[in-house]
Amino acid sequence: MTTTTPAIRRARRWRVVLWGALGLIALAAVWELYKLVGPADGWLIGAQEGVTGSGIRLLPRTSDQAMPHAWEMFTRAAEPVTRAPGALPLGAVVLLAALVSLGVAALGWLVGVIVGFGLALLMLGFRIAERAVLPFVILSQTVPLIALAPLIRNWGSRLEFGAFSWESWMSVVVIASYLAFFPVAVGALRGLQSPDAAHLDLMRSYAAGWWPTLFRLRLPASVPFLIPALRLAAANAVVGTVVAEISVGFTGGIGRLILETAVAASSDPAKPWAPILGAVLLGLVAAGFVALLAAFLSPFRRQETVA
Amino acid sequence: MSNPAPQPTAAAPEPTQVADATEAVVVREVERIFPGAKGATVTALTGIELTVHGGEFVSLIGPSGCGKSTLLRLIADLDEPTAGDIRVFGKTARQARVEQAYGIAFQQAGLLPWRSVAANIELPLQLHGMGAADRRARVAELLDLVGLADFAKHYPDQLSGGMQQRVAIARSLAERPRLLLMDEPFGALDEMTRERMQTELLRIRAETGAAVVFVTHSIPEAVYLSDRVVVMSPRPGRITAEIDVRLGEAGERGEDLREDAAFFEGVTAVREALHGPAAAAAAPRGVDVR
Ligand SMILES: Nc1ncnc2c1ncn2[C@@H]1O[C@H](COP(=O)(O)OP(=O)(O)O)[C@@H](O)[C@H]1O
Ligand SMILES: [Mg+2]
Repeated sequence: MTTTTPAIRRARRWRVVLWGALGLIALAAVWELYKLVGPADGWLIGAQEGVTGSGIRLLPRTSDQAMPHAWEMFTRAAEPVTRAPGALPLGAVVLLAALVSLGVAALGWLVGVIVGFGLALLMLGFRIAERAVLPFVILSQTVPLIALAPLIRNWGSRLEFGAFSWESWMSVVVIASYLAFFPVAVGALRGLQSPDAAHLDLMRSYAAGWWPTLFRLRLPASVPFLIPALRLAAANAVVGTVVAEISVGFTGGIGRLILETAVAASSDPAKPWAPILGAVLLGLVAAGFVALLAAFLSPFRRQETVA
Repeated sequence: MSNPAPQPTAAAPEPTQVADATEAVVVREVERIFPGAKGATVTALTGIELTVHGGEFVSLIGPSGCGKSTLLRLIADLDEPTAGDIRVFGKTARQARVEQAYGIAFQQAGLLPWRSVAANIELPLQLHGMGAADRRARVAELLDLVGLADFAKHYPDQLSGGMQQRVAIARSLAERPRLLLMDEPFGALDEMTRERMQTELLRIRAETGAAVVFVTHSIPEAVYLSDRVVVMSPRPGRITAEIDVRLGEAGERGEDLREDAAFFEGVTAVREALHGPAAAAAAPRGVDVR
């Protein structure tokens, strides 16, 4: 018997949040500890005397330049971005950019999930499609993103009809969805094929056709496979968005901000860390969203056990 | 399938005897050959002749691999014979399946884990478009019938194996079929639960008046439940004997019947048919020789 009262579930949720916060504090502590005990100039092997840039660096430098204090990153986030009058605080700029990227990533995720699920249904319905499409689905993921980004931007820019014109954020959505559809296609197909023969026999004995079998049996049975796939798709969409923003040249998102603030690293070492943390936050929000979705679908994750 | 079953068509000659709609199941010269590895074939069934009358309880018994499940699946139109003809209430097996003439239960309860007990029983009704109010009423009836009225909102993982199997039986009865097909439904249960479920099945059967084809490899189970026991043997799967054991009206068979002399006679008769007289004599009486 499994009995989970709402109280127990709520307590569990809080424990997750608590562990997350503890992890964050532990990470900052490790950072500071290394900064304290680590060699100031890092650790190089095979370095030649007087030759800069020689040797292999195995441990990073701990200087304030390379590793600003954790609290400096936080205070820096509260200060204005630039010295220009009326400039917003760095933190606010990062959050705005993260929000833009979140919107683009969410759209990419949605498109990826729809395309991935559509492909899974196609492969489920037609054995031939599985044999014809699946190799290409797998092959598609071996094309490096760097090669893809200019291509998509190029093709997109040629699309123009009426009032519609291709915007650079659309290229980012396409690339994010390109990375997101793959786990969904593979995971959904496995999930849709997961019902055992006995359940399929049962549906056949009810003279249930393809669609009723899909809705009453295959779809619910696919949920335990689908949730990890959706989580992976969300992570892929976020990474895809950040990288694609840089390679497509889309301004306004967090990826672009990472690139811009990196330039300031030598004079303002704490600054580039803010958008990096913003990207991490973006990933956490995406993961949280999928966790919410999973909680919503939890009735479908029950497993039959023979007592 | 390399060998599609011959589909009865208007042009094909009708079986000589007119299909009798009062017979629950009529199996004529049925053969099922599975394609095996490297071009070899497995003859799962050959020359099967079987008639199950309306309201009759027939058990199929035999060692593992003698084709009991295959025969049941053919009657259920979950598989097609390579030769021969099967009629269910005078219709083809396919037509009978489409018209929901039978209910079916397997060794594993096969409940959908994400559906509550009530929703599992409701599944066939829902698939066939019955209205919500009618469904609720029918589910309540069925829950009463199998003694699970208090568990309607439970989920399969919260039930014991015996309770899960009772839900599966309720589900198989949802459409009020006149024929029940059961493949070792109590095979995964412990002995005590099993005997209780057997008595319960007899009661349910008396209340519904359905014919039952019941696959088992337990001799006492077959004797206790059946009007007739059909003994099968493997390689190739065929029927070797049919024994009338009818120990009384289904509704009147009680637990004390298991200690009755007639029961032991039935057990001995089935055992002799299965193993030959010598082997049967050597085995101690009343012991389950599954
Ligand atoms: N789908 C199948 N493909 C190939 N061989 C099968 C298949 N189903 C059953 N068989 C074979 O048919 C024979 C009878 O099987 P089955 O009807 O399951 O026996 P039983 O239920 O009496 O134990 C066995 O030899 C089995 O290997
Ligand atoms: Mg079997």
